Amino acid sequence: MIDTVLLYVALAVFALGSVYRMSAWVRHNVRTDTPAASPWARLASALQGVASTLFSAKFFTLLRVFVVDAVLQIRILRRSPYRWIMHMCIYGGFMLLLLLHALDAHITARLFSGYQSSANPYVFIRDFAGALVVLGVLMAVYRRFVGGPRRPPTRDADTALIVVLAVILLSGIMLKGTKITSYTRYQEMVDEYGVILDEEETKLLEAYWVEEFLVASPNMEGPFDDRALEKGEALHEMACAECHPKPYWAFTSYAFAVASQRVAPTLDQQRFPDFMWWVHYLACMIGLAYIPFSKMFHFFTTPLSLMTNAVMDKETADPLNLATKQMMELDACMHCGACTLACSVGIAVEEVPNEYILPSEKIPAIKELAAGKPLTPQKERLIQQGLHLCTTCNRCAEACPAGIQLTDLWLAVKETLLRKGIPEPLLLSPLSVHRSVSVKERLGAEDYEKPLESVREALGTGSLAELRRDPAPLAVPGPEKLFDAAERWMKPEVYATCYRCTTCTSACPVVRDDPEGAEKLGLLPHQIMYAVKLRQWDLIFDSKMLWDCLGCYQCQEQCPQSVQVADVLYLLKNRAIARAMENGPSGQEEGVI
Amino acid sequence: MNLALFRCCVTSLRLRHYEDSTNAVLDALGVGFEDVADFGCCGYPLKNFDFKAYVLSSARNLALAERESLDMMTSCNCCYGSLKQARAILEEDADLRREVNGALAKEGLRYDGDAKVLSVLEVFHDLLGTEAIKERLQGTYKGLRVATHYGCHLLRPGNVVDFDHPRAPKKFDALVEATGARSVPWTQKLECCGSPVSGVNDELSASLGRAKMDSARQAGADLVCVICPYCQIQFDWVRGTAVPDSEEDKGVPSLYYHQLLGLCLGLDDEALGLAEERLRTTGVKRALRPVKKDSDEGATSAA
Repeated sequence: MIDTVLLYVALAVFALGSVYRMSAWVRHNVRTDTPAASPWARLASALQGVASTLFSAKFFTLLRVFVVDAVLQIRILRRSPYRWIMHMCIYGGFMLLLLLHALDAHITARLFSGYQSSANPYVFIRDFAGALVVLGVLMAVYRRFVGGPRRPPTRDADTALIVVLAVILLSGIMLKGTKITSYTRYQEMVDEYGVILDEEETKLLEAYWVEEFLVASPNMEGPFDDRALEKGEALHEMACAECHPKPYWAFTSYAFAVASQRVAPTLDQQRFPDFMWWVHYLACMIGLAYIPFSKMFHFFTTPLSLMTNAVMDKETADPLNLATKQMMELDACMHCGACTLACSVGIAVEEVPNEYILPSEKIPAIKELAAGKPLTPQKERLIQQGLHLCTTCNRCAEACPAGIQLTDLWLAVKETLLRKGIPEPLLLSPLSVHRSVSVKERLGAEDYEKPLESVREALGTGSLAELRRDPAPLAVPGPEKLFDAAERWMKPEVYATCYRCTTCTSACPVVRDDPEGAEKLGLLPHQIMYAVKLRQWDLIFDSKMLWDCLGCYQCQEQCPQSVQVADVLYLLKNRAIARAMENGPSGQEEGVI
Repeated sequence: MNLALFRCCVTSLRLRHYEDSTNAVLDALGVGFEDVADFGCCGYPLKNFDFKAYVLSSARNLALAERESLDMMTSCNCCYGSLKQARAILEEDADLRREVNGALAKEGLRYDGDAKVLSVLEVFHDLLGTEAIKERLQGTYKGLRVATHYGCHLLRPGNVVDFDHPRAPKKFDALVEATGARSVPWTQKLECCGSPVSGVNDELSASLGRAKMDSARQAGADLVCVICPYCQIQFDWVRGTAVPDSEEDKGVPSLYYHQLLGLCLGLDDEALGLAEERLRTTGVKRALRPVKKDSDEGATSAA
């Protein structure tokens, strides 16, 4: 009775949770360029998109993707056979358990008229499926906690899923194992099916079960003589064998039964099988209710993401659906870390302590952003930095087993964060060419230019001022500090030999581009070299020249004194950014690994 | 020499046809190469931000090539320059090398500096040689004037990259001329394309690009030929988007060297991704003549 109530409670939580989670797809948005629309309008638009796809030739694409990528998971196989075996064990085993065992009354019993949960092949298949999941989970644990390079940091959600699965599986194995040895259980069965047996026969049967089925009988103990066992076997064949193959068919539970044989009578007395049943049942109910709030939801969202991305063209799609799709994709991520393993700039975390460089760690942060959770400015800045270190090489998206269009996501969220007005030093890098060629036309002139102006200003004044907690005086690094990180390349002689001949400035294409406007550049290259000698840091960092420098190395090539002019400029940029970061929030609290 | 092709991050998403045309041309020339799946970013975009993180990124790729006993071949100048500079820095600085190796050890990698870095142009010019390339050509250009654009990081800093003479380079010109085209002198030949500040200071970037195009036009060039994808984005994509079919700009389209050479090797438009270029390059194909029919002026083989 109470178990049925629990089942309905779990189902209700599952259903409501799923609706709540899916509602976020139309309630939230990571983009800045979506026309204003109510959640209902977005839902209507999404349903319309789904309907028009289903009744078009694209249906066959959906079907193919469903079979190849969602069921057979060929995308995973191509990237890593280890992960494919691991995932197939968990997924295949879990599906078997769900359909054959958990829903046996509704599915298996209807399909197979002779279904008996304790009979073969069902008992073997169930145990085999359980063993598959256990194997898969062990492989997952190994991969997550032991093996593999640059593995993604493990989050609570990853551990939680492994724990829930482990409890369900282990309690199931232990339940069946203690049922094997339980004398109470045996007695119940004899009372029900052995009524025709006389007292002598009952003893013979019991002896056979103690010997062959590991039943922990308080009445007798082996070894028994062969004749008695033969008779017992005959009785077993008559009364029990139809439903009870030898216990080793349930091999995992059998292993537990053998291992626990010594304590089996005590376990039985303490009604351990009943207890285990409740543990197993409750774990399943908790698991069911937890699905919409956990990584297990990817069970539904990953196939959805794969199929949607196979038929949706972002150039022609309804912008409302694009926003909805990107929200859905966030839920399709199961934090497997394939993207992080493939990430071109993943190595940078060794030097730049920011976990949001790794694509797998950006996703949960973006979910929080999209949901409008208040994040600390430090965290927002770190997320923004992680996004801007991305080279948009798209390897993450190619590696993603859920087919999430990650690069599109990064580009969208970049603009959303920039709009919040956090200055981003990495905007002043050659990678901004992407913003210029692919994002500019979608943005208004103001949204495009403003972040550039604000970061130039922040670097000039030496602080990400808007983020400063309290108005502290500008910290100007001492000369010894300027090149501390870089000093190994920047021995004083590399700039000290400069005799201000101005060859570097004459060679500079930036200066030459607008000779009359040169004063707008602040210090010119030869002046910067001299200012380094004079420790005029403020003058240097406030020079637009620094950020207009192309890194073309004309200055360095032409210098008669072999001053590494361009490299010094690079290091000055590094230092300007570091100074601004130091004067902003420390960034050492969250998201730092 | 066993080569790993180091593919630039910029090409993998946005300029897929460069990767395709690179593959096609290398195949046609019989240059064997391998793809190392774990290669990441060369670190060039990190230079502005954190020089050490840049060196580490480069070192990781060099260590990966080293593990496979391969040398690296790049077609992006920025990758080429960054990898070579990182090598030079690590060569000099034993402490940094130790530090970098500490970080790489987490991935089971080690940098010893055994892997060489070659531009694909070095492979063509120094390893294959222009004569060997000419022997394979099915067509050559007649009367095509090309403004050869080396790109900064192929040449400078000269003492680090050592591709060719940094102020009077000849190799790329020789490779262009191997196709029968004429590499014309132009005043802006060795200047920057302007791409590094695209998105940072668009006005400056566009102005630098324009200066180059004006110079190429004044030199009577029919085409600008590049090797670096950043340069090609600047000369084709930015210009093609900003001034679609504008009168003043009609003159000088830009092609990737692989595309220029690929046409002579008999590769088709699709293999070379010509349709992906935003500025029309039909004039180039009109100048193509089948090999050994030099006397037959009338025949056009624009296949």
